[in-house]
Amino acid sequence: MTILQVKGVTKRFGNFKALSGVDFNINKGEVFGFIGPNGAGKSTTIKILLGILKPTSGSATIFGLDAWKNSVEIHKKIAYVPGDANLWPNLTGGEVIDLFLKLRGSFDPVKRDQLIKRFQLDPTKKCRTYSKGNRQKVALVSAFASDAELFILDEPTSGLDPLMEKVFQDCVAEAKQEGKSVLLSSHILSEVERLCDRVGIIRQGTIIETGSLTELRHLTRTNLIAETKKPMPALANMPGVHNLQSVDNGVSFQVDTETMDAVMKLISSAGVIRLESTPPTLEDLFMRHYETKGSDAV
Amino acid sequence: MNKQSFSGTGQLIRFYLKADRIRITAWILSLMALTSVTAWSLDGLYSSDAERQAMATTMENPAMTAMVGPAYGIENYHTGAMTAHQMLLFTAILVAVMAILHVSRHTRGDEEDGKMEMLGALPVGRLASLTASMSVMVMSQVILALGIAVSLAVLSIPSLPVSSSILYGAALGATGIFFGTLTAVFAQLADSARGTTGLSFLVLGAAYMIRAAGDVNNDTLSWFSPLGWPLKTQVFVDDKWMPLIPLLAGAVVLTLVAFSVMASRDIGTGLIPSRPGRNHARKSLLSPFGLTMHLQKTSIITWGVALLAIGLSYGSVIGDLETFFSSSELLSGAVDQSSGFSLTEQFISMLMSIMSMIAAVPALLFLFKLKGEEKKGRTETVYARAVSRYTLFGSYFLVALIFGTVMMLLAIFGLWSAAAATMEDPISFGSLAKAGLVYVPAIWVMIGFGALLYGFKPGLTGLAWVYLGYAFFAVYLGGLLQFPEWVNRLSPFGFIPEVPMEEINVLTLVLLVLTAGLLAALGFTTYRNRDLAG
Ligand SMILES: Nc1ncnc2c1ncn2[C@@H]1O[C@H](COP(=O)(O)OP(=O)(O)O)[C@@H](O)[C@H]1O
Ligand SMILES: [Mg+2]
Repeated sequence: MTILQVKGVTKRFGNFKALSGVDFNINKGEVFGFIGPNGAGKSTTIKILLGILKPTSGSATIFGLDAWKNSVEIHKKIAYVPGDANLWPNLTGGEVIDLFLKLRGSFDPVKRDQLIKRFQLDPTKKCRTYSKGNRQKVALVSAFASDAELFILDEPTSGLDPLMEKVFQDCVAEAKQEGKSVLLSSHILSEVERLCDRVGIIRQGTIIETGSLTELRHLTRTNLIAETKKPMPALANMPGVHNLQSVDNGVSFQVDTETMDAVMKLISSAGVIRLESTPPTLEDLFMRHYETKGSDAV
Repeated sequence: MNKQSFSGTGQLIRFYLKADRIRITAWILSLMALTSVTAWSLDGLYSSDAERQAMATTMENPAMTAMVGPAYGIENYHTGAMTAHQMLLFTAILVAVMAILHVSRHTRGDEEDGKMEMLGALPVGRLASLTASMSVMVMSQVILALGIAVSLAVLSIPSLPVSSSILYGAALGATGIFFGTLTAVFAQLADSARGTTGLSFLVLGAAYMIRAAGDVNNDTLSWFSPLGWPLKTQVFVDDKWMPLIPLLAGAVVLTLVAFSVMASRDIGTGLIPSRPGRNHARKSLLSPFGLTMHLQKTSIITWGVALLAIGLSYGSVIGDLETFFSSSELLSGAVDQSSGFSLTEQFISMLMSIMSMIAAVPALLFLFKLKGEEKKGRTETVYARAVSRYTLFGSYFLVALIFGTVMMLLAIFGLWSAAAATMEDPISFGSLAKAGLVYVPAIWVMIGFGALLYGFKPGLTGLAWVYLGYAFFAVYLGGLLQFPEWVNRLSPFGFIPEVPMEEINVLTLVLLVLTAGLLAALGFTTYRNRDLAG
């Protein structure tokens, strides 16, 4: 069942076109990753979904209701975490959490306190004294302590340390288990990869790919650096191996996911001294996207 | 404080000058125009000695002394004496406001926006931005002083000689520099731009009050007010430069204080440390209206005290006024006996109109607080919950309506209590309240206009201040310069009946309230239908 639908949404700021014809939808119980580089239009899309910005054309609906016209009705069932939580310097974190939870609707006070502990937040401090990460925690606690059905998270982990990022990922996983839906935006591919069922990739205001990660496998190549006892001349002729280069004592190349197994066998038969792999970055993915586009056109 | 702390100052000065060139130029040119036009019109309006002496007699009373400062050179009330008497104090206040806003924006304001953090990461010293903003402030005040001097000297009116015109300009510039440096100190103590501006305005208001009390009683108290000093120059009559020394010496001391605090504190903090607060919010906070009230309560209380004080100080003058009128044969003759209203009563309506315009200031500030919230990206987080645009905007609008009215009531109450204490035959609270509360619909029209401007586009809210300023000058200068009636009728305050001299016209008041409602309704609709900045 589709609970969120964005159809042909265009947004102009004066002459500048921030979004042009954005389309995607999220099904119930799904974690949807919304990825794109800075300035791609993620926050603009999310603000349209929240009824803070009015789309120039196209429609955005949540729970079947229009995001602009019925925003109050919709917001009773959603929780939002902005990328940069702006809080009132004179209120404490605890007060802001209570306020946010109350303004949305019902919440679980026990869960609130548990989450404060898990995120290691001191709720008695005034917001003015909080670091960016701590402000982010306030927003996260008030989102996850709510009984919302849809979580809209706009680069929610900026400023969190790795330990807290883990807590955040657990929270998303728990929400998913409870059958809730999540829209998670990020500019880091590996972050959404772990959590998301499906992703949409946005660039310069246009969605360029949507699908499950397995569907997008054709776009993800892993970067490998291998140093082996024996040289591996076979590598050069293997399909699915790209950009082969020799670096100090070894080779560096990219592998299509489908070819990974064969490549690993070849490397291990050559006797591994050193093997490094880095996940594909968003830039790799874009490059690959335009390569495929190019070959399709031919 | 080593030399490194100041590196990059030159670059920043150029940056600030560039960013503020229009703002500074606009301020200076308007103040020059105001000064020049007023002096020129006074010279034209009161052209014979007899007319000027008659004017001197009406000006020489405690109410005027409290409002504009002591009259001097009364024996020969020439255009110079008249200009200084009517305009110096008010222009000095405007200059102080200009300096306060400037320094607050470039110290605490930048720090709040996080600009300072970015500057701090660049190769600029930690004192560079304070040095730069102070330098720009002093530069603009010096230019202002020269500009004002020129704007008077070019009129070549015999009683406005060049040397005195320079002193007139210098008195204004020195006042501006004093309040600019004062703001720099408050920028170190407070931890927000609002707090900085608020504290500075509070001291400005207190300085005005202390001076008023001192001038009326003709004692040394005025020497304790920085606004008393420029008046002590007796410019155009005695031309004393000495009183500017305490202003500039004070500015030097304040500058040193600001720098030593700035050198030792952390960026982003104030001197006042924060204590641990509550884990859970009180129930009263947990609604849009509750939040609005919570965010504004300090400012509501501060303004309430200020309006009460203004009422009290005007009220104490009324008592003096009565004694003065009874002792002055000329003036008791001037009272229109047939109307049956005393001059005191006639003064009351004018005081009420001025107090209502002062009350409109906090009313608009309470409404425009929402603009600050939007700019800081805090309305977005509220609207992401189940809160409608009407509810939040309505909360701010309601706070403005209610507390705008309360401010007026407090001023009336202050006026009444002081008057009752000093008058032999006190005016009843009822009749004072009637004379004052008729102005409430005009305050509401200002709020409605503010709501329309902000609802339509946050960048337009400045127009509300321009309009209020216009209304003020239409009343203040209108009587003096004998403007035609329609000038006053362009502001809502011009429609208010002067109770008790005039009958209360219910229809006019109802129409004003309806206008306020209509403007607000338009504001609400446009606000509902526009994009929010954050
Ligand atoms: N209010 C606005 N006015 C003008 N341009 C804007 C506004 N908000 C965003 N933009 C522009 O729209 C583009 C998309 O921004 P945004 O949605 O914030 O990107 P992202 O969240 O993906 O980093 C950017 O180029 C940004 O500068
Ligand atoms: Mg963003």
